[in-house]
Amino acid sequence: MVTYIVRRLITAAFILLGASFLVYLLTALSGDPLEELRTSSAPNRQALMDARINLLDLDTPAPLRYFKWLGGAAQCLVPLGNACNLGKNIAGQPITEALGFALVQTLTLVTGATILAILIGISLGIVTALRQYSALDYGVTFMAFLFFSLPIFWVAVLLKEFGAIGFNDFLRNPEIPPAVALGIGAVLGLIGAVVVGGEVKRRLIVGGSVFAAVSLVLFYFSLTQWFRNPGLGPVLIAIMGAGIAFGITILVSGLKNRKALQSSLIVVGIGVIAYFAVQPLLSDATGLMIFLLAIATILVGVAVGYFMGGYDRGQSMRAAGLTAFLVGALVVVDRFMQAWPSYFNNSRVRGRPIATIGAGTPNIQGDFWIMSTDTLTHLVLPTIALILVSLASYTRFTRSSMLEIMNMDYIRTARAKGLSERSVIMGHAFRNALIPIATIVAFDIGALIGGAVITETVFSVRGMGFLFIDGLLHTDPNPVMGVFLCVAITAMVFNLIADLAYSALDPRVRIKA
Amino acid sequence: MSQPTQEDELLAQQALAEAAATHGGGEVTSGLSQGQIVRKRFFGHTGALIGLAVFAVIFLLAFTSVGAFGIPGWWKYTHVDVSPLVNDGAPTSSLWPFAWGEHPFGQDRIGRDLFAMTMRGAQQSITVMLLIGGIAGAIGAIVGGLAGYFRGWVEAVLMRLTDVIIIIPLLLLAAVVGQIANRRDEGSWLNGFAANNGVVILGIFLGFVSWVGLARLVRGEFLTLREREFVDAARISGASNARIIFKHILPNAVGVLIVNVTLTMSAAILLETALSYLGLGVKAPDTSLGLLVAQNQEAFATRPWLFWFPGLFIILICLSINFIGDGLRDAFDPRQKKFRAKSAVETAKHSSTTTAPVADTPKGS
Repeated sequence: MVTYIVRRLITAAFILLGASFLVYLLTALSGDPLEELRTSSAPNRQALMDARINLLDLDTPAPLRYFKWLGGAAQCLVPLGNACNLGKNIAGQPITEALGFALVQTLTLVTGATILAILIGISLGIVTALRQYSALDYGVTFMAFLFFSLPIFWVAVLLKEFGAIGFNDFLRNPEIPPAVALGIGAVLGLIGAVVVGGEVKRRLIVGGSVFAAVSLVLFYFSLTQWFRNPGLGPVLIAIMGAGIAFGITILVSGLKNRKALQSSLIVVGIGVIAYFAVQPLLSDATGLMIFLLAIATILVGVAVGYFMGGYDRGQSMRAAGLTAFLVGALVVVDRFMQAWPSYFNNSRVRGRPIATIGAGTPNIQGDFWIMSTDTLTHLVLPTIALILVSLASYTRFTRSSMLEIMNMDYIRTARAKGLSERSVIMGHAFRNALIPIATIVAFDIGALIGGAVITETVFSVRGMGFLFIDGLLHTDPNPVMGVFLCVAITAMVFNLIADLAYSALDPRVRIKA
Repeated sequence: MSQPTQEDELLAQQALAEAAATHGGGEVTSGLSQGQIVRKRFFGHTGALIGLAVFAVIFLLAFTSVGAFGIPGWWKYTHVDVSPLVNDGAPTSSLWPFAWGEHPFGQDRIGRDLFAMTMRGAQQSITVMLLIGGIAGAIGAIVGGLAGYFRGWVEAVLMRLTDVIIIIPLLLLAAVVGQIANRRDEGSWLNGFAANNGVVILGIFLGFVSWVGLARLVRGEFLTLREREFVDAARISGASNARIIFKHILPNAVGVLIVNVTLTMSAAILLETALSYLGLGVKAPDTSLGLLVAQNQEAFATRPWLFWFPGLFIILICLSINFIGDGLRDAFDPRQKKFRAKSAVETAKHSSTTTAPVADTPKGS
């Protein structure tokens, strides 16, 4: 095992050397860094050109410059040594500094989108696999193909137009015309009927109730101007919490395990009481506090599950812990909604909350909630765009993996010994279907940092992609190399993790040491 | 490998192919060659047929309307012609009653015809796509084939080269290469040719960086095939390496190659449009679908058609190629298709009747 990892790392180092040499040469070849100065009519043209030649060391041929660069980059390997030197960009800023800033920007952009895309994609894949050759399956398959084929820059412009400008106009006077409310209800009802499957009667009941519920809620929102002053309140949190408790229990243990259901419901009760208790605390929240509260919430849930016990204590603990986490998330969402009106009326936002570009409103002031809301409103559109284009591969992959597993003999065995459909799917099929998915997820996380170039450009986020493209357009190899190093190293590390994870998850695969 | 249906189908297919190869049409089997089987399966795939038809229509429309290779097309404008604005540039085509009008897709601010521009853009994008597919397929097949067949130091060198390239994210590498393809130095030997055929240079350069995934797949295929008995038989009967590769192994690996070249092409069209959008691919005054979207996104509020039509063509081309690829995969590799729809529906019915009491409990989704 250790020999294997060491060997992989040594190979990776050589590959990295070769690839970085290639990228450096290609970037240096790709244009003339002095071009804009050659055509300029500035009186001190020659001085500017000399300064740039000096800065970029253009008198040295590119292959030699690479080794100079390598000498600086090699210092990054010295542990604890603060001598990391990746050169400077064309404006004279050290690359290490620029990289740090860009990395934060890119990670904020892609993290949420990737997690959501993985969650939604995998659930869609499982549902379509379970309902193979149904209307839902064909619909999702077609959508997957469509999303595969969507150019993200095109989607992004549409989102800006309808998601941001359209929604902001709507917020000026948040009244939903009855016809629109009924229309949205009808569409969602139709989707509900297709998703639920089964008998025609069951589909009609589900579709009808979804239609009625959605339309009523939209009427209510329109009447109370909910979109201007949103909020959940303890009652809604209790109702939604109960729904979450049932849903989680169905998934984790099945409703037959009464103790698990009871512990989840108790957790919801605690959550509603805690809602009142934590309000003053949340008013001066920080990111760290939210994080600690989240951990505390999960621990409380797990503890409740532990003391409720039941014939399978683990199931109760898992169900209650998950429920606690989600109810806690509801409370936080409610707090965000409380901050919404003051964000909305902020002098910097001026009633147009959903932003089309950038990573934050310039010069905005406010407490934790205002600042977080600001980040979130800037993340909404890029996140949706990224989810749309990356959803399809997860859905297709999970579907095929799940279908393959569902045909296995041990699934038939599990059914034959009388297990409930839930434990066959969640316990036997899904867990094994996750093995290949885990590796593809690891690959994708490795490719994350370099994968959002276009999204960053469209939404004017100054992340890694911006750094790369900007460096390339100025024929400035240093930022390009910096981005390349980050991207390539994460990709290699996660490729290794993917291989190790595969052998850890699937005992049939053994690593040859 | 546990499904009897798959195994049977595979064996049957192999038997058919072998029978066809040895007997030239056996007695018991109906004598379908592998090519015929694949063709039959492909033409039984509705999605792939629709994709093929849509792509053919777009291809013909794009290449005949504004002309290509110096041959003038049947459309009255070209992508650079400026004509007076008709109806403030709004599209003049209508579905009912069906009419083309003067400018079916509308005009841009200075009066260029969007139909001509979109067709020219589609032409460029398709050209780049086909070049990437062709070059990446050829290099991938050669590199993967040599590495898989000869093993040893050839494999070591070629696969390390592949590793070096594959570690650079394709979009980043393509951006660098696109920039090189667009370099126009005075007196450079490429310059004379590139000035007229910039898009060809771009396609060739992008093809040189897109082959790595294909090479790995082909190598894997060659590694399994070279251990098969028919290769041993050929070698014992004295066939040369070239003959074994081209006559015995390559025809068996061609399915993997064709399917993945198609999928590479569907990715290629998105790659090209994205690069052109970023300003690193096709550059003005020439045009491409991605460039059209980039140039016109600011005008979305006032002239939305400038944005809709090029985007629509990107999606249509990519979608049809994806469907063709899906059909080819099902045709070449029945293992990918888990089981046939009919039998699956029957099994599902069967299992739902037998396991009805269990299935009534919520399925957990």
